[in-house]
Amino acid sequence: MSLLEVKNLKKSFGRIEVLKGINVSLNEGETLSIIGPSGGGKTTFLRCCNLLEIPTEGKITVGDHLIYYSNDGEKLSDDELRERRRHFGLVFQNFNLFPQYTALQNVALAPTLQKMGTPDEIEDRCIGILARVGLSDRLNNYPHQLSGGQQQRVAIARALALSPEILFFDEPTSALDPELTGEVLKVIRQLAEEKTTMVIVTHEMSFARQVSTKVCFIADGVVAEEGTPEKVFDHPENERMIAFLGKLNAR
Amino acid sequence: MFQTVIAALNQGFVKSLEVFYLTLLGAIPLGLIISLGAMGKLKLLKGIIKVLVWVIRGTPLMLQLLVIYYGPGLIFGNNIWGSGSDGRFTAAMIAFILNYACYFSEIFRGGIEGVPKGQQEAGEVLGLTKSQIFFKITLLQVIKRIIPPMGNEIITLVKDTSLVRVIAVYEIMWEGQAFIKSDGIIWPLFFTGVFYLLFNGLLTLLFGWLEKKLDYFKV
Repeated sequence: MSLLEVKNLKKSFGRIEVLKGINVSLNEGETLSIIGPSGGGKTTFLRCCNLLEIPTEGKITVGDHLIYYSNDGEKLSDDELRERRRHFGLVFQNFNLFPQYTALQNVALAPTLQKMGTPDEIEDRCIGILARVGLSDRLNNYPHQLSGGQQQRVAIARALALSPEILFFDEPTSALDPELTGEVLKVIRQLAEEKTTMVIVTHEMSFARQVSTKVCFIADGVVAEEGTPEKVFDHPENERMIAFLGKLNAR
Repeated sequence: MFQTVIAALNQGFVKSLEVFYLTLLGAIPLGLIISLGAMGKLKLLKGIIKVLVWVIRGTPLMLQLLVIYYGPGLIFGNNIWGSGSDGRFTAAMIAFILNYACYFSEIFRGGIEGVPKGQQEAGEVLGLTKSQIFFKITLLQVIKRIIPPMGNEIITLVKDTSLVRVIAVYEIMWEGQAFIKSDGIIWPLFFTGVFYLLFNGLLTLLFGWLEKKLDYFKV
């Protein structure tokens, strides 16, 4: 049985329907890449899963846990929202590190506030996580003292510190130059090898192809094409996908 | 003579200081409440606040002092402030607190709205509560942002305290000017400037120190 199950997810902003019924399922340990044209609904899909946007319709489950079901009709309280978001981690396009905290403090903040151990335990764990993303020597630097790539790696560590079941990435390298992109992708690749369940919205096609077990092409608010990277990239059937790849290759 | 003047000016300066710190004490919390109302969801409240801020910022504080002190008596035939100096002081404080709360509310609103939305969202996806997000993430960033404009406003307040004399609250400039009539000397009036300069010098140092304290991060 799949870990993440999204059924018929719809989201409208005013009269504009951004998501028109998205179905996605993902097994534990898999890496799903979501690709597609800008404005097609990729980021909205991610934000709906994390309940930063409340979907208009549909159902989201993680294992046995219900995340969202429109037929419940009830408005979720802040506490319920927090409880349900616990299953997920999210890494933003522009990092969103807390500027007044050092790298280590950024990572340790949420575990500390949620009393996930004694201060020493939490600190040791967070130092370990920062070492995993290659930042052992940057523990006490503030975000403005770090490069974009380093900031994004701190953001990844911060998400990992809560041990989420599924880690989401919203175009994690779009704000970075090519040189810095590499160091972030390396960390994500390493996480994929460790069988972290991940959903990555990305424009890095070759990366998506190498690292994912599954690729979804979202355009015009629907999943237009999905499957293994080989299928989606080498044998696409959907016209939009073929056109999208054509433009990429023409570059 | 010099000692007599200094004693009188000191007495007036104590009054000025009272106006100063009581205004801050009242206007900072009231300003915060007004700014929260201005950013809230209630359309009617937002409208009322917009008009209030427009009127208060759009008219001279001196006029507001006069209207608040004399208005109730003239309009309702009932001087709610009484005739004593306590009543005049209370009226002055209400005018000052209301006036400064409106200015502060705009500074607070700017400071709060200036914190990128991503900061709050990052807190939300990390499972923090609304109050944890406010106190652990947003607040310090807001404080850092509002220190320079607040410094400006507070230094202006020091000088604005001289306005309370229009409803005969005896602050330092009143005391200085009194020597023109009683002794035919004007230097005590000019000397009040030294008090303002010294006090604002202290405040400038304090704000400079605060800014430096928060220099370790960038927003």
